[in-house]
Amino acid sequence: MSDVTTAPRAAPRAPAMAMRVKVALILFALFAVLPPVAVALGDPFMVLIATRILAYAIAAMALDLILGFGAMVSFGHAAYLGFGTYAVAILSSYGVNDLLLQMLGAVVVSAAFALVTGAISLRTRGVYFIMITLAFGQMAFFFFISLSAYGGDDGYGLSSRSTIFGSDVLENDMTLYYVTLGFLIALFAACHRIVGSRFGRVLTGIRENRERMEAVGFPPFRYQLTAFVISACITSLAGVLLANQAEFVSPAFMSWHRSGELIVMVVFGGIGTLTGAIGGAVVALLLEEWLGALTHHWPLLFGLILVLMVLFSPRGITGLLERTGLWRARK
Amino acid sequence: MTNLLVLQLLNGVQLGIILFLIAAGLTLVFGIMDVVNLAHGVLYMAGAYLMATFAAATGSFWWALLLVLPGAVVVGLLLEVVVIRRLYDRSHLDQVLATFGLVMMANETVKIIWGTSPLSVPMPDIFSGSVPLMGPLQYPVYRIAIIVAGLAVAGGLYLLVNHTRIGMLLRAGATNRAMVSALGVDIGKLFAIVFTLGAVLACFAGAIVAPILSVDTGMGESVLILTFVVVVIGGIGSIKGAFLGAVLVAVVDTLGGVFGPILLRSVLDASAAGQAGRTLAPMLVYILMAAILFAKPTGLFGGRG
Repeated sequence: MSDVTTAPRAAPRAPAMAMRVKVALILFALFAVLPPVAVALGDPFMVLIATRILAYAIAAMALDLILGFGAMVSFGHAAYLGFGTYAVAILSSYGVNDLLLQMLGAVVVSAAFALVTGAISLRTRGVYFIMITLAFGQMAFFFFISLSAYGGDDGYGLSSRSTIFGSDVLENDMTLYYVTLGFLIALFAACHRIVGSRFGRVLTGIRENRERMEAVGFPPFRYQLTAFVISACITSLAGVLLANQAEFVSPAFMSWHRSGELIVMVVFGGIGTLTGAIGGAVVALLLEEWLGALTHHWPLLFGLILVLMVLFSPRGITGLLERTGLWRARK
Repeated sequence: MTNLLVLQLLNGVQLGIILFLIAAGLTLVFGIMDVVNLAHGVLYMAGAYLMATFAAATGSFWWALLLVLPGAVVVGLLLEVVVIRRLYDRSHLDQVLATFGLVMMANETVKIIWGTSPLSVPMPDIFSGSVPLMGPLQYPVYRIAIIVAGLAVAGGLYLLVNHTRIGMLLRAGATNRAMVSALGVDIGKLFAIVFTLGAVLACFAGAIVAPILSVDTGMGESVLILTFVVVVIGGIGSIKGAFLGAVLVAVVDTLGGVFGPILLRSVLDASAAGQAGRTLAPMLVYILMAAILFAKPTGLFGGRG
């Protein structure tokens, strides 16, 4: 399925990558100064919205790892977001409030689910893969809808946020924001390392030419499944943070619309760039906020933008910027 | 117990027929055009809303049904010409995004035009009663009519696909698109016909279930995912697979919801069985899909990977 990729080819990669890291660092710096600016503007609620954006940025980046670098269009990634949110709800109801333990729970469940469903989905390719991941995502969605102990369809309000080593510092919105930002930066560094590693190169190689990689002696299935599981685990971490931001969990976090939105974020920023996924999450969510403030029929406009973007600027916002010369990622 | 089984089996078959009508178009669009169309559920929804509108305007079920069909052709052609046509030679990712955008637009447009409260469509008088089946068991005539109408359409589709020139082109297109094109067939026209045919089938399905469902904006989506499962199980591009897959999925879904808790009650206590049954029943079709894919990655009748 090399037709999915529009990312730059391997040869001119290194400078483009350095450029992307630079842009990511600028983004992180902007994120870091946002809370004081928000307070100065007298709008501390902005920090809460920004926390949500950062959490989604983590999820979008995780999806980009397999979508952009592995050409696996997973349409069920919201399920892992959901596992993360429900890990917080379920574990805290049993008295396990520690953020790291909840993350551990989310990762274990997500890894198991991704391993089984990924192994089945990866036996197929192309259209089948998209539809099967979507179906498995829905399966998880229906499971949580019928889980009446945790509110079923209506969702479940959290009595408090997670604790870190017994301290309730996350109750402060500002702390939660910086912890989320910390995870985003750490996970970006991890993803960046993965992409640049031998493993990442094999993954990209399979994307470019599956048969050749197989002939050279790299079994695609094993590499793709590993990437799929890693991506699922990172996405579930985003879910844990998101539950803390919203202090509420519900199956809505894992509906197929959410999976679609994650793909939209990745594509908005240009696939296979990691940095683009972060920028895409920011743009997509801000666009939603802005259109939502404009009219309550915002999905109509959002959908229209999506259709027009696919028809006229297939390389996302990066592509638009490149065309106008503001961004030269391909150099 | 037998009565309940027969009743639920019939309900399952009825749902299966509806799923088949939607899945038949979807599987052709996937198989022949290689396009992922998330907006196919929208067509089913459009059929139901058009039916509700026409039924309210004309006061007659039959006139409404007659008007839905040209309406479906218009909607299908419009969608094909404006958006889908531009997606044929694009990646699956682009197709997913564009049709996802269409779903958002369509749902919101429906809300703007028809509002958010569900609509209902009156049943035609001659189909409104129930018939005795066996013993005290009664079954609504209208559901039987749906099954019969669906089987008739399936039969017609079988004749169309297997015994006409256009059907021959469809089958050839599903097997090897490039070759059909190379042999001088106007592939653009063929695609438009396929897409419109699928749209008409989905609209028809939406129109005939409208009297037994409440017509609302979410209806296209719940059914879309189930038809995906049907298409994946049956094998992409296979109408026969879509038919078997649809009936299989619908019967498993319907029976699982009713008999799952009953069966579990024999091994668990009542409340645990009820909870486990409610949790497991909606997952059954996906487990079925996983099992079938594990054995046959391209589905029951799928040729291509």
